[in-house]
Amino acid sequence: MTTFAELPAGFADKVLSAQSTFRSVMDAMARPGSVQKIAAAAGAPAAMMPGTAAIALTLFDHDTPVWLDSAMAETSEVTKWLKFHTGAPVVEDCSICSFALIGDTAALPELGRFSFGSNEYPDRSTTLILQVGSLTEGPAVELRGPGIDRPAVLQAAIEPPDLLARLSINAALFPRGIDVVLVAGDAIVAIPRTTLLSAKGD
Amino acid sequence: MEAEEGIGKNIPVVTKQSWRFNIKLSSIIDNLIAARQIMDLTDETAIDGSQALRRSAMALLADCDAVDIAGRLDGMALPAHETLREPENGLVMVRGRIGGDGAPFNVGEATVSRAVVRLSSGEVGFGYTLGRDRQKARMIALCDALIQSADHANALEAQVLAPLRAAMAKKRNRSAAETAATRVDFYTMVRGEG
Repeated sequence: MTTFAELPAGFADKVLSAQSTFRSVMDAMARPGSVQKIAAAAGAPAAMMPGTAAIALTLFDHDTPVWLDSAMAETSEVTKWLKFHTGAPVVEDCSICSFALIGDTAALPELGRFSFGSNEYPDRSTTLILQVGSLTEGPAVELRGPGIDRPAVLQAAIEPPDLLARLSINAALFPRGIDVVLVAGDAIVAIPRTTLLSAKGD
Repeated sequence: MEAEEGIGKNIPVVTKQSWRFNIKLSSIIDNLIAARQIMDLTDETAIDGSQALRRSAMALLADCDAVDIAGRLDGMALPAHETLREPENGLVMVRGRIGGDGAPFNVGEATVSRAVVRLSSGEVGFGYTLGRDRQKARMIALCDALIQSADHANALEAQVLAPLRAAMAKKRNRSAAETAATRVDFYTMVRGEG
């Protein structure tokens, strides 16, 4: 008997699901702070939210090394699932990964340990995919920058609270930097490296 | 003087080697079919019985027409199953060896469809086939899963594999007979010495 007996399935309709998920992620990146829904349904391991699973199935392939935090790598289920459906190599070293899946944001490593890309190839940086409690309730953060008409307000329940403040390193690094996608269930919010964050009321 | 000696030394060696290589290559080509059987046998002994069964079924189904497989599967009571990996098309690099045991080289890329099906009882079947027929890949995966299931293996063998195998053998025999009818034997007469 093969070991795939308990493996959750991927997208029911590969092409259309991947297209609609890509559209959601692109819209989220184009309008930082806006909450986008991922409509495509996919099976997912227990540690992964539906949104994270859909993004993984859409964006990961054999060319994108993936790093898992301890919450994701607790059981081999996520690794097996990623390997079967996406073929993406799961790496131990987070400084060479294209994507980092973070199940427990409280234990997020120093951002400096991830890849910022180089001035010649800023696209070779790590994209963090953080699973958070909520994207509609929590402390308010004001977002400014390209793609944001009036200062947008993001209310998200993120542990630890200073996490978004740590993203201010992006301003000094540009064009290098780290892009972040926050996932709560099937809702996503993107914070690209160009976005400036400040606590509401500053 | 030294150099000339070097060249003189080398030439017979090179000639000898290439000559030996030619002999070896031609003997491999002549014995290709025999060599292939030996290789297959050694492979069979390395894997267990159920894997050999799955492999022979996969080889048979990949050669059959999708319509024939579908027709046979329709007549069977299929258990509940889900598609773990939706059928998809892709390219695989086909590698070859001259004479079956020469240095490997890339022949070219071939289009392949694949799918993975899981029965409700947990058996997982994999299907690969040349070409872009996704439904065929899915059906092969389903058959592969059924072979592994104790409840359905016999029904699959009786209702799907055996009839397809018989049809395939019939087709091959017919084309072999057609080819044999036009066979020409060449004789080389040995010239008498005296």
